[in-house]
Amino acid sequence: MSKLCKTLREAMERAGLQNGQTISFHHHLRNGDYVLNMVLEAAAAMGLRELTVCASSVFDCHRPLIGHIQRGVVTGLEASYISSAVGKAVSQGVLDKPVVFRTHGSRPADIMSGKTHIDVAFLAAPSSDPEGNCSGKYGPSACGSLGYAFADAQMADRVIVITDCLQDYPLAGASIGEELVDLVVKVDAIGDPAGIVSGTTRMPRDPVALRIADLAAQAIDAAGLLRDGFSFQTGAGGASLAAAEYVRRRMLEKKVRGSFALGGITGYMVDMLQAGCFQAIQDVQCFDLKAVRSLREDPRHREITAIQYASPWAKSTAAAHLDAVVLGATQIDLDFNVNVHTDSDGYIIGGSGGHTDVAEEAGLTVVAAPLSRARMSIVVDKVLTVSTPGSSVDLLVTQYGIAVNPGRPELRAALQSSGLPVKDIRELRALAEAINGPAAPYRPPRKRVAARVLGRRGEEQDAIYTVQ
Amino acid sequence: MRRSMLFLPANSPNMVVNGGVLGADSLIFDLEDAVSPDEKDAARDLLRGALEALDFGRCERVVRINGLDTPYWRADLEAVLPLGPELIMLPKTGCGEDVRQLDGALTELEDAHRLTPGRTGIIALLETAAGVENAYAAALASPRVKALFLGAEDLTADLRCQRTKEGAEILYARGRLVCAARAAGVEVYDTPFTNVDDLEGLEKDASFAKGLGFTGKACISPAHVAAVNRIFSPSEKEIEYAREVFAAIERGRKQGKGAVALRGKMIDAPIVARARLVLKAAAEMGGEEADSDV
Repeated sequence: MSKLCKTLREAMERAGLQNGQTISFHHHLRNGDYVLNMVLEAAAAMGLRELTVCASSVFDCHRPLIGHIQRGVVTGLEASYISSAVGKAVSQGVLDKPVVFRTHGSRPADIMSGKTHIDVAFLAAPSSDPEGNCSGKYGPSACGSLGYAFADAQMADRVIVITDCLQDYPLAGASIGEELVDLVVKVDAIGDPAGIVSGTTRMPRDPVALRIADLAAQAIDAAGLLRDGFSFQTGAGGASLAAAEYVRRRMLEKKVRGSFALGGITGYMVDMLQAGCFQAIQDVQCFDLKAVRSLREDPRHREITAIQYASPWAKSTAAAHLDAVVLGATQIDLDFNVNVHTDSDGYIIGGSGGHTDVAEEAGLTVVAAPLSRARMSIVVDKVLTVSTPGSSVDLLVTQYGIAVNPGRPELRAALQSSGLPVKDIRELRALAEAINGPAAPYRPPRKRVAARVLGRRGEEQDAIYTVQ
Repeated sequence: MRRSMLFLPANSPNMVVNGGVLGADSLIFDLEDAVSPDEKDAARDLLRGALEALDFGRCERVVRINGLDTPYWRADLEAVLPLGPELIMLPKTGCGEDVRQLDGALTELEDAHRLTPGRTGIIALLETAAGVENAYAAALASPRVKALFLGAEDLTADLRCQRTKEGAEILYARGRLVCAARAAGVEVYDTPFTNVDDLEGLEKDASFAKGLGFTGKACISPAHVAAVNRIFSPSEKEIEYAREVFAAIERGRKQGKGAVALRGKMIDAPIVARARLVLKAAAEMGGEEADSDV
């Protein structure tokens, strides 16, 4: 019997999707994704109830999910990142059952071990053949890497590929193979290209972000890491993105031939590869079209799975080979614990993604953030949510100076001897308060848990409470 | 030492609050062109709060007030003077009389607020044809004048010519300002390079200005500060040569020689003066040169 289905509903019926089952999604189509919404719409039309959505990330484009929760179609939600639209509803208690947050590394680890069981995995595939050999590299909705989808494809009871670009069998250069795929559906569009990847990632022009980025690069240099074989990961926005530019300049100046760049990949990392800063890119997710093109055309740019990226139980991972990573933070406290889950009012606005994984694994973990945002100090006495434990964080770089985790005295000495503005984290906290005035900390009433934040190895790391 | 002078719009909290960490030697808090008429009050309030509450570290604080031909300049001075900015920048300085008028107002306010008389300096911003022609008189009009400053955008409008990247149209004004400032014994600063993203163009423009004798250059973007600082700092080579000059003089003194030569050239008074300036600048940059015998 052909794997090809005429409609999504037919595929869901053939997959035997039942009430109370768990369905999974990957987030490479980011804020342009149509697939999660179209599946839930079909599920609602089929009269299905009490589904658990296990997604690698949930974006604002998934707002219709809130309605499906309110109508009982969805009663469980597990993710590594939930942006503010759905996050707010969750924080207001739309779900009876707490959301489960896992990291990008622990999600596939739990899927592989069977701890997380997926009944039906939905794979948004920018191109596929009728047997389900599929790839993110080709097609009008090309998103590049499909790194987060591999564990789902391997372990789910049923795997449905949804594509808007059906190619002849066999699709050369497929990432996920037909042996894992049960059914294939062709739809008009799996996403809005404008929301999937940005055309180009622009370097921020905010002078404060640039100052922070410059200091972060100087700190990485002072730590002695900018030598041949250097491996690096950085975020795609603000000071962390700008850090790539300053690291690039230093690498070229010193003629350093690095090993690899890791993570969510932007065009800046591609530029660094092409300039000879790195020998390879290990890509679990593409952020812009330049990265997608590079993954398609340059054999040095390699797609990796989320398991290889950062699973705590894998035999080895790319994250474990990482020399330095530059990450962001919503809050960081005096013990260097970082919050990237909740805003200052206690609402869910994100999640760890890979933050917790790479922070723990990398040789040097740099958190780069402005000392305050909108008059709220980034440095606080206690973070509202522990997303990444302070034991994984080595440096906080702000525009006013660099705080070193007291557990790294040798790093502190190296930075000081390079003339960098090293400050105690309490000094930075006091400075932020002097500039912004004291802020009354938000303490949510601990009545009802809205979300459980699991650590990398499945431990209960923190809880996020509903906002009244 | 003033190499880079960074303009910050006084009505932009993010820029003002973070001014101290952007690497500039001087910050020019702008109440004039960057602030629209209906925001003048708000900008003054913000700037007052910032000058009162924030520590700008080693940065010198300059306030560009509104021109003497506007109804705002006195209120600007009254708002900021009690908070002790080191310098007031006077836009559209046309002649010595303009400087004397500002000097008088500063003297009154310093007196009223019991500040040390004469503590507030003036930077004369010359950005009209008349201002350029009267630069020397403006520089000598008050002992408060510490520097002349070229404003090329308004100047080229007044000259009725196009502002170009190459800057041939402002060459005369640049030369005249450098000459007037040096004759009057004050410093002189070059107009900012206005294309924020053209760092190569900035380097060329700043190097050219340094070659003409400017002390430093204004920046309209923090992204320009590092290059301007570098270009207007003495180079390693210059510092090394200056050290050799003093070492040669010392050797000559020990040997009882009246005239001393270095690298085949007699060391005369201008060479010594220049070497002294180089070592002074190097010392202010905070390096080990601070120990030099100057």
